[in-house]
Amino acid sequence: MSNLKNVTGPLSANNPIIVQILGICSALAVTVKLEPAFVMGLSVMVVTAFANLVMSLLRNGIPSRIRIIVQLVVIAALVILVDQVLKAFVYDVSKQLSVYVGLIITNCIIMGRVEAYALGNKPWASFLDGIGNGLGYMAILVIIAFFRELFGSGSLFGIKVIPESFYEAGYSNVGIMLFPPMALIIVGVIIWVHRSFNKDLQEK
Amino acid sequence: METLNLFIKSIFIDNMVFAFFFGMCSYIAVSKNVKTALGLGAAVIFVMLMTVPLNYLLNEYVLAPNALIKGVDLSFLTFIVFIAVIASFVQLVEMVVEKFSPSLYNQLGIFLPLIAVNCAILGGSLFMQQKVEGGEISGIVDSIVYGLGSGLGWAIAIVMMAAIRERLQYSNIPAALKGPGIAFIITGLMGIAFMIFSGIKL
Repeated sequence: MSNLKNVTGPLSANNPIIVQILGICSALAVTVKLEPAFVMGLSVMVVTAFANLVMSLLRNGIPSRIRIIVQLVVIAALVILVDQVLKAFVYDVSKQLSVYVGLIITNCIIMGRVEAYALGNKPWASFLDGIGNGLGYMAILVIIAFFRELFGSGSLFGIKVIPESFYEAGYSNVGIMLFPPMALIIVGVIIWVHRSFNKDLQEK
Repeated sequence: METLNLFIKSIFIDNMVFAFFFGMCSYIAVSKNVKTALGLGAAVIFVMLMTVPLNYLLNEYVLAPNALIKGVDLSFLTFIVFIAVIASFVQLVEMVVEKFSPSLYNQLGIFLPLIAVNCAILGGSLFMQQKVEGGEISGIVDSIVYGLGSGLGWAIAIVMMAAIRERLQYSNIPAALKGPGIAFIITGLMGIAFMIFSGIKL
Protein backbone atom coordinates (compact mmCIF):
# COMPACT_ATOMS: atom_id res chain seq x y z
CA MET A 1 0.00 0.00 0.00
CA SER A 2 2.76 2.42 0.92
CA ASN A 3 4.56 1.46 -2.27
CA LEU A 4 1.56 2.57 -4.31
CA LYS A 5 1.88 5.99 -2.71
CA ASN A 6 5.38 6.26 -4.15
CA VAL A 7 3.87 6.18 -7.62
CA THR A 8 0.80 8.35 -7.10
CA GLY A 9 2.25 10.96 -4.75
CA PRO A 10 4.58 12.63 -7.29
CA LEU A 11 1.75 12.96 -9.81
CA SER A 12 0.20 15.90 -8.00
CA ALA A 13 0.78 16.58 -4.31
CA ASN A 14 4.53 16.04 -4.52
CA ASN A 15 5.12 16.72 -8.21
CA PRO A 16 8.84 17.07 -9.01
CA ILE A 17 8.45 20.09 -11.27
CA ILE A 18 5.73 22.25 -9.79
CA VAL A 19 6.11 21.40 -6.09
CA GLN A 20 9.71 20.30 -5.58
CA ILE A 21 10.91 22.69 -8.34
CA LEU A 22 13.43 20.19 -9.70
CA GLY A 23 14.50 19.40 -13.24
CA ILE A 24 13.11 22.47 -14.90
CA CYS A 25 16.02 23.07 -17.25
CA SER A 26 15.23 20.29 -19.65
CA ALA A 27 11.51 20.46 -19.03
CA LEU A 28 11.12 23.73 -20.84
CA ALA A 29 13.46 23.41 -23.76
CA VAL A 30 11.95 20.25 -25.24
CA THR A 31 8.31 21.26 -25.03
CA VAL A 32 7.86 23.09 -28.33
CA LYS A 33 6.26 19.94 -29.72
CA LEU A 34 4.52 17.00 -28.07
CA GLU A 35 6.64 14.24 -29.57
CA PRO A 36 10.06 15.24 -28.17
CA ALA A 37 8.40 16.13 -24.85
CA PHE A 38 6.93 12.64 -24.65
CA VAL A 39 10.22 10.93 -25.55
CA MET A 40 12.10 13.11 -23.07
CA GLY A 41 9.63 12.29 -20.30
CA LEU A 42 9.97 8.60 -21.02
CA SER A 43 13.79 8.76 -21.02
CA VAL A 44 13.86 10.61 -17.71
CA MET A 45 11.46 8.09 -16.20
CA VAL A 46 13.67 5.17 -17.23
CA VAL A 47 16.85 6.83 -15.95
CA THR A 48 15.28 7.91 -12.64
CA ALA A 49 13.83 4.47 -11.96
CA PHE A 50 17.04 2.58 -12.70
CA ALA A 51 19.32 5.12 -11.01
CA ASN A 52 17.16 4.78 -7.90
CA LEU A 53 17.30 0.99 -8.15
CA VAL A 54 21.07 0.81 -8.60
CA MET A 55 21.87 3.36 -5.91
CA SER A 56 19.50 1.68 -3.50
CA LEU A 57 21.28 -1.63 -4.06
CA LEU A 58 24.66 0.03 -3.53
CA ARG A 59 23.61 2.27 -0.66
CA ASN A 60 25.30 0.34 2.14
CA GLY A 61 28.62 0.00 0.31
CA ILE A 62 29.38 3.62 -0.54
CA PRO A 63 31.24 5.99 1.81
CA SER A 64 29.11 9.13 2.01
CA ARG A 65 31.96 11.52 1.16
CA ILE A 66 32.30 10.25 -2.38
CA ARG A 67 28.67 9.41 -3.01
CA ILE A 68 28.03 12.32 -5.39
CA ILE A 69 30.71 11.16 -7.78
CA VAL A 70 29.44 7.57 -7.62
CA GLN A 71 25.91 8.80 -8.32
CA LEU A 72 27.06 10.83 -11.29
CA VAL A 73 28.91 7.87 -12.76
CA VAL A 74 25.89 5.58 -12.39
CA ILE A 75 23.56 8.20 -13.89
CA ALA A 76 25.95 9.07 -16.70
CA ALA A 77 26.27 5.40 -17.65
CA LEU A 78 22.46 5.05 -17.77
CA VAL A 79 22.13 8.23 -19.84
CA ILE A 80 24.71 7.00 -22.34
CA LEU A 81 22.60 3.85 -22.76
CA VAL A 82 19.43 5.89 -23.30
CA ASP A 83 21.23 8.19 -25.72
CA GLN A 84 22.45 5.28 -27.83
CA VAL A 85 18.99 3.68 -27.85
CA LEU A 86 17.37 6.94 -28.95
CA LYS A 87 19.94 7.41 -31.70
CA ALA A 88 19.29 3.89 -32.93
CA PHE A 89 15.48 3.85 -32.92
CA VAL A 90 14.16 7.43 -33.07
CA TYR A 91 16.95 9.34 -34.78
CA ASP A 92 14.80 12.37 -35.72
CA VAL A 93 13.66 12.97 -32.18
CA SER A 94 17.18 12.40 -30.89
CA LYS A 95 18.39 15.17 -33.24
CA GLN A 96 15.67 17.51 -31.97
CA LEU A 97 16.60 16.84 -28.35
CA SER A 98 20.31 17.50 -29.12
CA VAL A 99 22.23 18.30 -25.94
CA TYR A 100 19.21 17.88 -23.71
CA VAL A 101 19.62 14.09 -23.68
CA GLY A 102 23.07 14.56 -22.17
CA LEU A 103 21.61 17.02 -19.74
CA ILE A 104 19.46 14.29 -18.20
CA ILE A 105 22.63 13.59 -16.19
CA THR A 106 22.34 16.93 -14.49
CA ASN A 107 18.58 16.77 -14.20
CA CYS A 108 18.05 17.58 -10.55
CA ILE A 109 15.09 15.20 -10.30
CA ILE A 110 17.38 12.21 -10.61
CA MET A 111 20.04 13.42 -8.18
CA GLY A 112 17.34 14.74 -5.87
CA ARG A 113 15.44 11.47 -5.71
CA VAL A 114 18.61 9.41 -5.27
CA GLU A 115 19.76 11.67 -2.44
CA ALA A 116 16.39 12.04 -0.76
CA TYR A 117 14.93 8.59 -1.23
CA ALA A 118 17.05 5.82 -2.73
CA LEU A 119 19.91 6.17 -0.25
CA GLY A 120 17.60 5.36 2.64
CA ASN A 121 15.11 2.88 1.25
CA LYS A 122 14.75 -0.62 -0.15
CA PRO A 123 15.35 -1.27 -3.89
CA TRP A 124 11.76 -2.04 -4.95
CA ALA A 125 10.30 1.00 -3.18
CA SER A 126 13.03 3.18 -4.68
CA PHE A 127 12.33 1.83 -8.15
CA LEU A 128 8.63 2.72 -7.80
CA ASP A 129 9.57 6.14 -6.45
CA GLY A 130 11.63 6.69 -9.60
CA ILE A 131 8.73 5.61 -11.82
CA GLY A 132 6.36 7.92 -9.97
CA ASN A 133 8.60 10.95 -10.22
CA GLY A 134 9.31 10.23 -13.86
CA LEU A 135 5.56 10.07 -14.52
CA GLY A 136 4.97 13.34 -12.68
CA TYR A 137 7.70 14.95 -14.75
CA MET A 138 6.26 13.55 -17.98
CA ALA A 139 2.76 14.75 -17.08
CA ILE A 140 3.88 18.38 -16.72
CA LEU A 141 5.99 18.18 -19.89
CA VAL A 142 3.04 16.89 -21.88
CA ILE A 143 0.72 19.60 -20.51
CA ILE A 144 3.18 22.36 -21.44
CA ALA A 145 3.87 20.86 -24.86
CA PHE A 146 0.13 20.46 -25.51
CA PHE A 147 -0.50 24.17 -25.12
CA ARG A 148 2.65 25.25 -26.92
CA GLU A 149 2.09 23.01 -29.92
CA LEU A 150 -1.65 23.67 -30.13
CA PHE A 151 -1.36 27.43 -30.07
CA GLY A 152 2.11 27.76 -31.55
CA SER A 153 1.81 25.46 -34.56
CA GLY A 154 -1.87 24.54 -34.59
CA SER A 155 -1.11 20.83 -34.40
CA LEU A 156 -0.81 17.95 -31.92
CA PHE A 157 1.85 15.24 -32.38
CA GLY A 158 2.51 16.87 -35.76
CA ILE A 159 -1.08 16.40 -36.99
CA LYS A 160 -3.02 19.56 -37.84
CA VAL A 161 -5.98 19.97 -35.51
CA ILE A 162 -7.04 23.54 -36.16
CA PRO A 163 -9.13 23.41 -39.36
CA GLU A 164 -8.18 25.40 -42.47
CA SER A 165 -11.40 27.38 -42.28
CA PHE A 166 -10.15 29.01 -39.06
CA TYR A 167 -7.07 30.31 -40.84
CA GLU A 168 -9.19 31.56 -43.73
CA ALA A 169 -11.36 33.42 -41.24
CA GLY A 170 -8.29 35.31 -40.05
CA TYR A 171 -6.91 33.11 -37.23
CA SER A 172 -3.14 32.78 -37.11
CA ASN A 173 -0.71 30.80 -34.99
CA VAL A 174 0.65 32.52 -31.92
CA GLY A 175 4.33 32.73 -32.81
CA ILE A 176 5.54 33.65 -29.33
CA MET A 177 4.38 30.28 -27.97
CA LEU A 178 7.35 28.76 -29.80
CA PHE A 179 9.86 30.96 -27.95
CA PRO A 180 11.45 29.90 -24.65
CA PRO A 181 9.89 32.57 -22.39
CA MET A 182 6.36 31.33 -22.96
CA ALA A 183 7.27 27.93 -21.54
CA LEU A 184 8.24 29.63 -18.28
CA ILE A 185 5.04 31.60 -18.17
CA ILE A 186 2.99 28.45 -18.80
CA VAL A 187 4.77 26.71 -15.90
CA GLY A 188 4.00 29.74 -13.74
CA VAL A 189 0.33 29.49 -14.65
CA ILE A 190 0.27 25.72 -14.01
CA ILE A 191 1.73 26.33 -10.54
CA TRP A 192 -0.86 29.03 -9.96
CA VAL A 193 -3.78 26.77 -10.88
CA HIS A 194 -2.34 23.80 -8.97
CA ARG A 195 -1.82 25.77 -5.78
CA SER A 196 -5.24 27.33 -5.97
CA PHE A 197 -6.65 23.83 -5.55
CA ASN A 198 -4.01 22.65 -3.05
CA LYS A 199 -4.13 25.36 -0.41
CA ASP A 200 -1.64 23.62 1.88
CA LEU A 201 1.15 24.17 -0.68
CA GLN A 202 0.75 27.95 -0.72
CA GLU A 203 3.56 30.03 0.73
CA LYS A 204 2.73 32.27 3.60
CA MET B 1 36.64 40.32 -33.69
CA GLU B 2 35.28 36.81 -33.99
CA THR B 3 36.24 36.17 -30.38
CA LEU B 4 34.59 39.37 -29.12
CA ASN B 5 31.49 38.41 -31.06
CA LEU B 6 31.45 35.02 -29.35
CA PHE B 7 31.81 36.70 -25.95
CA ILE B 8 28.91 39.14 -26.42
CA LYS B 9 26.79 36.42 -27.97
CA SER B 10 27.30 34.00 -25.12
CA ILE B 11 26.34 36.62 -22.51
CA PHE B 12 23.28 38.21 -24.06
CA ILE B 13 21.95 36.39 -27.10
CA ASP B 14 22.56 32.80 -26.07
CA ASN B 15 22.00 33.58 -22.41
CA MET B 16 22.11 30.33 -20.45
CA VAL B 17 18.97 31.10 -18.46
CA PHE B 18 16.74 32.96 -20.86
CA ALA B 19 17.52 31.16 -24.10
CA PHE B 20 18.18 27.62 -22.86
CA PHE B 21 16.79 27.46 -19.29
CA PHE B 22 20.05 26.01 -18.01
CA GLY B 23 20.55 25.95 -14.27
CA MET B 24 16.94 26.80 -13.50
CA CYS B 25 16.75 24.75 -10.31
CA SER B 26 19.35 26.66 -8.36
CA TYR B 27 18.31 29.83 -10.19
CA ILE B 28 14.81 29.71 -8.71
CA ALA B 29 15.90 28.43 -5.31
CA VAL B 30 18.85 30.72 -4.57
CA SER B 31 17.56 33.99 -6.05
CA LYS B 32 15.93 35.18 -2.83
CA ASN B 33 18.54 37.76 -1.91
CA VAL B 34 21.21 39.56 -3.88
CA LYS B 35 24.18 38.66 -1.68
CA THR B 36 23.72 34.90 -1.91
CA ALA B 37 22.95 35.20 -5.60
CA LEU B 38 26.22 37.06 -6.16
CA GLY B 39 28.14 34.35 -4.31
CA LEU B 40 26.61 31.55 -6.34
CA GLY B 41 27.02 33.54 -9.55
CA ALA B 42 30.72 34.02 -8.85
CA ALA B 43 31.15 30.31 -8.10
CA VAL B 44 29.43 29.39 -11.37
CA ILE B 45 31.56 31.82 -13.39
CA PHE B 46 34.71 30.35 -11.86
CA VAL B 47 33.69 26.73 -12.43
CA MET B 48 32.67 27.42 -16.03
CA LEU B 49 35.81 29.38 -16.74
CA MET B 50 37.88 26.38 -15.67
CA THR B 51 35.82 23.43 -16.88
CA VAL B 52 34.99 24.56 -20.42
CA PRO B 53 38.65 24.93 -21.52
CA LEU B 54 39.59 21.72 -19.67
CA ASN B 55 36.84 19.83 -21.42
CA TYR B 56 37.86 21.47 -24.68
CA LEU B 57 41.35 20.02 -24.33
CA LEU B 58 39.97 16.60 -23.43
CA ASN B 59 37.58 16.76 -26.36
CA GLU B 60 40.33 17.73 -28.78
CA TYR B 61 43.08 15.38 -27.63
CA VAL B 62 41.30 12.38 -26.10
CA LEU B 63 37.71 12.04 -27.20
CA ALA B 64 37.72 13.12 -30.85
CA PRO B 65 38.04 10.42 -33.55
CA ASN B 66 41.68 9.42 -34.17
CA ALA B 67 42.87 11.69 -31.35
CA LEU B 68 44.29 9.25 -28.82
CA ILE B 69 44.70 6.06 -30.83
CA LYS B 70 44.37 5.94 -34.59
CA GLY B 71 41.08 4.52 -35.74
CA VAL B 72 39.38 4.72 -32.35
CA ASP B 73 36.42 7.03 -31.75
CA LEU B 74 35.89 7.63 -28.05
CA SER B 75 33.20 10.28 -28.43
CA PHE B 76 30.55 8.07 -26.80
CA LEU B 77 32.41 8.65 -23.53
CA THR B 78 31.79 12.41 -23.72
CA PHE B 79 29.12 12.62 -21.01
CA ILE B 80 30.96 10.58 -18.44
CA VAL B 81 34.31 12.37 -18.97
CA PHE B 82 32.79 15.85 -18.88
CA ILE B 83 30.77 15.18 -15.76
CA ALA B 84 33.77 13.65 -13.99
CA VAL B 85 35.85 16.77 -14.68
CA ILE B 86 33.03 19.00 -13.47
CA ALA B 87 32.30 16.98 -10.34
CA SER B 88 35.90 16.95 -9.22
CA PHE B 89 36.22 20.66 -9.89
CA VAL B 90 33.14 21.48 -7.87
CA GLN B 91 34.54 19.44 -5.00
CA LEU B 92 37.61 21.68 -5.14
CA VAL B 93 35.60 24.89 -5.16
CA GLU B 94 33.55 23.60 -2.25
CA MET B 95 36.65 23.01 -0.17
CA VAL B 96 38.03 26.47 -1.03
CA VAL B 97 34.79 28.26 -0.16
CA GLU B 98 34.43 26.31 3.07
CA LYS B 99 37.92 27.36 4.11
CA PHE B 100 37.86 31.03 3.16
CA SER B 101 34.23 32.07 3.54
CA PRO B 102 32.29 29.87 5.97
CA SER B 103 29.35 32.30 6.05
CA LEU B 104 28.86 32.05 2.29
CA TYR B 105 29.31 28.31 2.60
CA ASN B 106 26.45 28.08 5.06
CA GLN B 107 24.20 30.32 2.99
CA LEU B 108 24.68 28.35 -0.19
CA GLY B 109 24.12 25.11 1.68
CA ILE B 110 23.19 22.18 -0.50
CA PHE B 111 23.41 24.30 -3.65
CA LEU B 112 27.18 24.40 -3.61
CA PRO B 113 27.71 20.67 -4.22
CA LEU B 114 24.73 20.87 -6.56
CA ILE B 115 26.70 23.17 -8.88
CA ALA B 116 28.01 19.84 -10.12
CA VAL B 117 24.52 19.07 -11.36
CA ASN B 118 23.85 22.64 -12.45
CA CYS B 119 22.84 22.09 -16.05
CA ALA B 120 24.49 25.37 -17.04
CA ILE B 121 27.93 23.90 -16.40
CA LEU B 122 27.51 20.63 -18.27
CA GLY B 123 25.41 22.46 -20.86
CA GLY B 124 28.27 24.90 -21.44
CA SER B 125 30.66 22.04 -22.12
CA LEU B 126 28.21 20.22 -24.40
CA PHE B 127 27.48 23.40 -26.37
CA MET B 128 31.22 23.99 -26.60
CA GLN B 129 31.52 20.55 -28.23
CA GLN B 130 28.73 21.40 -30.67
CA LYS B 131 30.33 24.72 -31.51
CA VAL B 132 33.66 23.01 -32.17
CA GLU B 133 31.90 20.81 -34.72
CA GLY B 134 30.16 23.87 -36.15
CA GLY B 135 33.46 25.75 -36.44
CA GLU B 136 32.42 28.58 -34.09
CA ILE B 137 35.08 27.70 -31.53
CA SER B 138 38.59 27.01 -32.75
CA GLY B 139 41.38 27.04 -30.25
CA ILE B 140 41.74 27.23 -26.50
CA VAL B 141 41.27 31.02 -26.34
CA ASP B 142 37.80 30.78 -27.84
CA SER B 143 36.81 28.12 -25.34
CA ILE B 144 38.02 30.25 -22.41
CA VAL B 145 36.06 33.21 -23.74
CA TYR B 146 32.97 31.07 -24.23
CA GLY B 147 33.18 29.65 -20.70
CA LEU B 148 33.61 33.11 -19.19
CA GLY B 149 30.78 34.61 -21.25
CA SER B 150 28.29 31.87 -20.46
CA GLY B 151 29.11 32.01 -16.76
CA LEU B 152 28.75 35.80 -16.75
CA GLY B 153 25.41 35.57 -18.52
CA TRP B 154 24.13 33.15 -15.90
CA ALA B 155 25.43 35.30 -13.03
CA ILE B 156 23.85 38.46 -14.46
CA ALA B 157 20.53 36.68 -14.78
CA ILE B 158 20.48 35.37 -11.21
CA VAL B 159 21.55 38.71 -9.70
CA MET B 160 18.88 40.59 -11.63
CA MET B 161 16.30 38.06 -10.55
CA ALA B 162 17.36 38.31 -6.91
CA ALA B 163 17.07 42.10 -7.01
CA ILE B 164 13.55 41.88 -8.42
CA ARG B 165 12.50 39.28 -5.86
CA GLU B 166 13.77 41.43 -2.98
CA ARG B 167 11.45 44.21 -4.08
CA LEU B 168 8.66 41.74 -4.70
CA GLN B 169 8.29 41.02 -1.00
CA TYR B 170 6.45 44.30 -0.61
CA SER B 171 3.93 43.66 -3.34
CA ASN B 172 0.54 42.07 -3.08
CA ILE B 173 0.58 38.77 -4.96
CA PRO B 174 -2.28 36.23 -5.04
CA ALA B 175 -1.58 33.58 -2.39
CA ALA B 176 -1.36 30.72 -4.88
CA LEU B 177 1.15 32.57 -7.05
CA LYS B 178 3.61 33.41 -4.26
CA GLY B 179 7.09 31.90 -4.39
CA PRO B 180 7.96 29.81 -7.43
CA GLY B 181 4.85 30.71 -9.46
CA ILE B 182 5.62 34.40 -9.72
CA ALA B 183 9.34 33.65 -10.11
CA PHE B 184 8.63 31.65 -13.26
CA ILE B 185 6.43 34.35 -14.74
CA ILE B 186 9.04 37.04 -14.02
CA THR B 187 11.75 34.91 -15.62
CA GLY B 188 9.51 34.54 -18.66
CA LEU B 189 9.04 38.29 -18.91
CA MET B 190 12.79 38.87 -18.49
CA GLY B 191 13.34 36.31 -21.24
CA ILE B 192 11.04 38.28 -23.55
CA ALA B 193 13.05 41.40 -22.72
CA PHE B 194 16.29 39.57 -23.53
CA MET B 195 14.90 38.52 -26.91
CA ILE B 196 15.57 42.09 -27.98
CA PHE B 197 19.26 41.18 -28.27
CA SER B 198 18.61 38.37 -30.70
CA GLY B 199 18.76 40.59 -33.77
CA ILE B 200 22.19 42.01 -32.95
CA LYS B 201 25.05 41.02 -35.23
CA LEU B 202 28.60 42.13 -34.56
